[in-house]
Amino acid sequence: MEMEETEILAKLKNKFPQQVKETFISLGMEVAVIDKEALFEVMSFLKEKPQDYAMLLDLTCVDYLGEEPRFEMVYHLFSLSSNRRLRIKARVSEKEPRIASLTPLWRNANWLEREVYDLFGIEFVGHPDLRRIFMYDGFEGHPLRKDYPLRLRQPRIKFRK
Amino acid sequence: MPTRIEREARPESLLINMGPSHPAMHGTIRIMLELDGEKILNSEVEIGYLHRGFEKMCENRTYFNLLPYTDRLNYVSPLINNLGYVMTVEKMLGIEVPRRAQLIRVLMSELSRISDHLTCLAAMAMECGAFTVFLYKIKAREFIWDVIEWTTGARMTTSYIRIGGVRADLHPDYRPALEKAITETRQVLKDVHGLLDKNKIFLNRTRDIAVIKPEEAINFGWTGPCLRSTGVYYDVRKAHPYLVYNELDFEVPLGERGDNYDRYMVRMLEMEQSLRIIEQVMAQLPASPPEIMADGLEPYEAIKQARRQRPEKPIKLSPNLEGAEKHRYPEILCSDRRYVPPPKEEVYTTIEGLISHFKFFMKGHGIRPPKGEVYFAVEGGNGELGFYIVSDGTDKPYRLHLRAPCFHIVSALEFLIKGHMVADVIPTFGSLNMIGGELDR
Repeated sequence: MEMEETEILAKLKNKFPQQVKETFISLGMEVAVIDKEALFEVMSFLKEKPQDYAMLLDLTCVDYLGEEPRFEMVYHLFSLSSNRRLRIKARVSEKEPRIASLTPLWRNANWLEREVYDLFGIEFVGHPDLRRIFMYDGFEGHPLRKDYPLRLRQPRIKFRK
Repeated sequence: MPTRIEREARPESLLINMGPSHPAMHGTIRIMLELDGEKILNSEVEIGYLHRGFEKMCENRTYFNLLPYTDRLNYVSPLINNLGYVMTVEKMLGIEVPRRAQLIRVLMSELSRISDHLTCLAAMAMECGAFTVFLYKIKAREFIWDVIEWTTGARMTTSYIRIGGVRADLHPDYRPALEKAITETRQVLKDVHGLLDKNKIFLNRTRDIAVIKPEEAINFGWTGPCLRSTGVYYDVRKAHPYLVYNELDFEVPLGERGDNYDRYMVRMLEMEQSLRIIEQVMAQLPASPPEIMADGLEPYEAIKQARRQRPEKPIKLSPNLEGAEKHRYPEILCSDRRYVPPPKEEVYTTIEGLISHFKFFMKGHGIRPPKGEVYFAVEGGNGELGFYIVSDGTDKPYRLHLRAPCFHIVSALEFLIKGHMVADVIPTFGSLNMIGGELDR
């Protein structure tokens, strides 16, 4: 990890000196670690014109079991005009697994956040329709958490009337 | 729990299910429609019928072991999935791949792209009533899969592109087969252009149906042919070139309206570009040494001799896939022994080979990328196919996430079909090229 500053990372640091905790470059990708409370502001700022990160490439979560805060949300943004990718990370604690929803900014955030809710159990505040997407109703637990066993069997659910 | 559409539907409208088992739902997906007569007022898409826990499985397999799972993501272009995963790991490890292997990779991923587009358009045309087109395209695909089968040993579950290079060299007679595939595909593309481009029935069902604006497509995270059909110039092969794509001469076809017809047309034109790429790569590929069987001992003879002393002569028959002999290794696999399994000739006849074989496959050994995280994307059949891998320094990925291009594309389906007729769902859904394995993971 080089401690190099690029234009967009410096800009982010200037704009949000309190909320941006760390910036670095990892294997050619610009990374910014931010405070989860500031997520929506930072993302709105990045989506606006001069920055122009118009595409939400990917949104996922990593479970660092045993660390505090336990979960890390990872967002990948892409700017078509400058042809650059950017990674934004924010930690979410286990006691309060809540983070702002990005659905007002990007429409594909709807399904992506449902996926993370389904597999990790993180709640997205402001999501219009937060339901499971891959697993069925009545499934217990969140399979991609590290403390969910690989071969756990769940009882069959009853036929829906 | 009632679904969203069941809660929100008006009492006088009709709720109808399309899928999960429906001939036009490639794979399994359920679309619930709220209808007023034949008009779609609202809809809801339910996915997850093919969820196999790909990401969870990968966290419990070693980097080498999980490769076959990537075949099962987009099962009509498995080689591109292999490539995406393998290149992500290579980026972490910092491996240099030999040039011949890079050319073979480009060749294979373009063949896969053609087979992906052919399958998508064949199904779409068939669902619009053009059964001839379906047969023509599936015929062309068979010729392409012949080449893939000769090279990789399998039609779909290839696992051919490996960390550090490729599994084996090309088949010595691949060239005539590939030339035949190219001529056949060209002919089929020409025929299909003639059958569909100005066909009134096809035009009525696709022109100006399910239109999406470029800004909306970007907002939905669309990539690949679907995004390019709206006129946005973005192709991972051009924007972030990998392998030898920056040396090759090809164009990126664009649409202008973003409707079903443009999505069809962009895919058709892209196949022609892929054929051009294949021809350029073929010209650059030096012909592989023709004889597979090196002059030498029979395998059983060599193993027998190796019990007492190191055999002097090479082994006559390769015990594995053709073209995976030891003397081909420098051309198709990276030279760093930590990341590639040793050749079988060494494993069976020398103690050093056997030990490096164990060191490669034993639990806790093998490929162990340094701590860190990486995102890498290739241009898949449907768009940007990205892998995000977090490594904790062990031989298993701590977290592996797939950015499936069709997840983002299908999430826009509700928006696309709103206000159209029931019959429009079929060509719209067909033109998006939903692949269950990739969508549900």
